[in-house]
Amino acid sequence: MREFDYHAPSTTAEALDLLQQYGEDGHAMAGGASLLLMMQQGLITAGHIIGLRGIQELQGISVLPNGGLEIRPLTTHRQAERSPEVRSYDPTLAENFSRVATIRIRNQGTVGGNLAHADPAQDPPPMLMALDGEAVIASKSGERTVPLDGFFRDFFETAVGDGELLTAIRLPPVQQGTKSTYIKFLPRTEDDYATVSVAATLRLGADNVCQDVRVALGSAGPVPLRAKKVEAAVRGQRLTPELINSAAELVRDEVDPISDVRGSANYKREMARVWVGRALRSLVDGSNGTR
Amino acid sequence: MSKHQLRFQINGETREVTIPAHRRLIDLIREDLALTGTKEGCSVGVCGACTVLIDGDPMSACIMPALFVDGTSVETIEGLAPDLEHLTPLQDAFIRHGGFQCGICTPGQIMAATALLEDNPQPTTDDVKRWMMGNLCRCTGYYKIVESILAAADVMAGKGDPGPAIQSGGLQGPGVIAAPGAQGSGR
Repeated sequence: MREFDYHAPSTTAEALDLLQQYGEDGHAMAGGASLLLMMQQGLITAGHIIGLRGIQELQGISVLPNGGLEIRPLTTHRQAERSPEVRSYDPTLAENFSRVATIRIRNQGTVGGNLAHADPAQDPPPMLMALDGEAVIASKSGERTVPLDGFFRDFFETAVGDGELLTAIRLPPVQQGTKSTYIKFLPRTEDDYATVSVAATLRLGADNVCQDVRVALGSAGPVPLRAKKVEAAVRGQRLTPELINSAAELVRDEVDPISDVRGSANYKREMARVWVGRALRSLVDGSNGTR
Repeated sequence: MSKHQLRFQINGETREVTIPAHRRLIDLIREDLALTGTKEGCSVGVCGACTVLIDGDPMSACIMPALFVDGTSVETIEGLAPDLEHLTPLQDAFIRHGGFQCGICTPGQIMAATALLEDNPQPTTDDVKRWMMGNLCRCTGYYKIVESILAAADVMAGKGDPGPAIQSGGLQGPGVIAAPGAQGSGR
């Protein structure tokens, strides 16, 4: 690993100053779990690491006045899975955080670091996208918000630009009657990356007519992605088993998986169809994530 | 390359060290502090061999910047038992129930399980499997590890007997703790 200087700012403003000062030779570090590996492999060779751990304002979870939730980036996965605020916002979200890797990684890795790392196989991104989350990104010239659907640009690339920091993840209030689920296909081991993962939220009206729906997938392309064709085929419709099957077919054209040890691209495309169908069926059955 | 002075506790002892920013915790523990009970396996945070407790929480020392333990309390396998006659119930159970064979993963297994029983003193089999799933073992097939942890939980709760007696020679016996003639130094 290349040697580096470590800086420990205590405010976001100081961190942004340092990021600007060092430019391309600077890199922010939260829990360090993924970053240290990328530095060991020579994929990131910054000479100046701006450590965020001491920044109090980037810690913690709050319920927003509108009933939404704000998760600040230094929150560890372990803190998020155990947070009463997260659990009362949506138990499926707490469960999603609890399914990240192993307890050691959940103790070290942060929610913000996970999103900024932008590994398309991670668990929280599709769940947070299905809950219609947005990222708050700060720079020296102010703050902007970017929907998480649009935050991920490519493998390991996000909308967070040079001199910017992810400072919060915001989730809107969950509409009464919304159900959610997160399922992942793990043919090897429980702590492996998924072959494909599916997060979905669904609100049904009378006679199982879909009022609102969001479906997002992990491990299904260069970025975690929303299955908007599936959503469009489901929204406003009565969710019969036949309708769900034909809607799930559409996901094949929305995913762009790579062939690897977890399956060929064609196999993963097929598994995306199968697991999207399962996710939607479980939400209609009420067998999963009822709130 | 910036240097940093850290002050932290390791196994109850306060230490001050100066390290370069890129030092990993595993190297600080094994090389600077000569506590070689913590093993390095995969070096990428997957296998669990290097599990140590930081303020009670299990973490992978191989992907942890050493910088991050400043102000914390770190516990390694050397910190559990004051001497070979006073093993923790968990260490004792791993011996009695065959919770290890080659032993390379054992310090990590025991540190992870120590944190589990602290968090959840009466775990179910599923609780144990879920908590321990990131501590890999290529010898035991895991059943004996799960059995050891559940047995230790019962002993700690005052339920059940410790289990099969430790064979010939007790803790100094061949293949149990150390080769014949070797004396454990404690740390």
